[in-house]
Amino acid sequence: MLTGLIGKKLGMTQVADAQGRVRAVTVVQLGPCLVSQLKTVPCDGYDAVQVTWGKKKLSRVNGAIRGHFKAAEIAPGLRTVEFERRGDAELKLGQPITVGEVFKPGDQVDVEGVSKGRGYAGVIRRHHFAGFPGSHGTHEYFRHGGSIGNRSYPGRVRKGLRMAGQLGNETATVLNLEVVEVLPEENAIVISGALPGPDGAVVVVEHAARPRRRASVVAANA
Amino acid sequence: MNSVIKKLEDRALRSDLPNFRVGDTLRLQVKVREGEKERIQSFEGVVIKMNRGGNRATFTVRKVSYGVGVERIFPLHSPRLEKIQVLSRSRVRRARLYYLRGRQGKAARLDTQI
Repeated sequence: MLTGLIGKKLGMTQVADAQGRVRAVTVVQLGPCLVSQLKTVPCDGYDAVQVTWGKKKLSRVNGAIRGHFKAAEIAPGLRTVEFERRGDAELKLGQPITVGEVFKPGDQVDVEGVSKGRGYAGVIRRHHFAGFPGSHGTHEYFRHGGSIGNRSYPGRVRKGLRMAGQLGNETATVLNLEVVEVLPEENAIVISGALPGPDGAVVVVEHAARPRRRASVVAANA
Repeated sequence: MNSVIKKLEDRALRSDLPNFRVGDTLRLQVKVREGEKERIQSFEGVVIKMNRGGNRATFTVRKVSYGVGVERIFPLHSPRLEKIQVLSRSRVRRARLYYLRGRQGKAARLDTQI
């Protein structure tokens, strides 16, 4: 079908398995996503499926985008993403795709989202620098990064030196999380572990690009 | 809380638990895994703390075993709890009976009701 879907992070909780082992999980409202464009080898040089999720106010959408969605006869979505095709199932423009069709429990997934913004942060918070001693003569120099270079050679600050600056509010991807459960009637999915961003954030869940070989997964496929 | 999460959490709740509160003496049948075999072990003691919170609720049971104080924290809705039996109830005036930790023998008694 597809390799992924778009959704909304609902929040975290914990679930216990039959043995009573508790796992921290995130619940994601996933899909249904509407097919907005089918890319094909003759036309685009590669095969892919473009899907869209959510609803965007029509007055916030420019003419070009409006036209693009008009071709599929659907309303412009909040987030539009292209996924690879899996299997030979026929897909039509405007067709809704639900969680149950894409994911099953035990799948490994990568989740992309925008991390919580922490603003302009100092080096202790941003890079886990140790700071300076609180006593022994330290004077007005507690949370600084220290030296940033040498002297006349090289005479400049080296590129990539870790300093204070914007922390968070950037695209972040968490790799190889396990799908614990799929709730088709709720259009939701339960994923093991934490996801980037606050509750309510838009996330893209995709089959893992480089899945880890876990004992449980190997056993399931055997 | 989101309704989907609420549903997921409520599903894990057990309805077969007896009512008990802080100060009660319980006998718990706990499933223990030893290698491949599963057996039941009992744990008997006083509830000194209840921690509410839906499917995350826990309670702490204290007993004195061979002169050593032992406290175990159990998830209230854990499938590992085979059975909870209330042996006796006590009148207590605290929500947390941490003061029992500093007491031994007669001083560690509670005002038993049943």
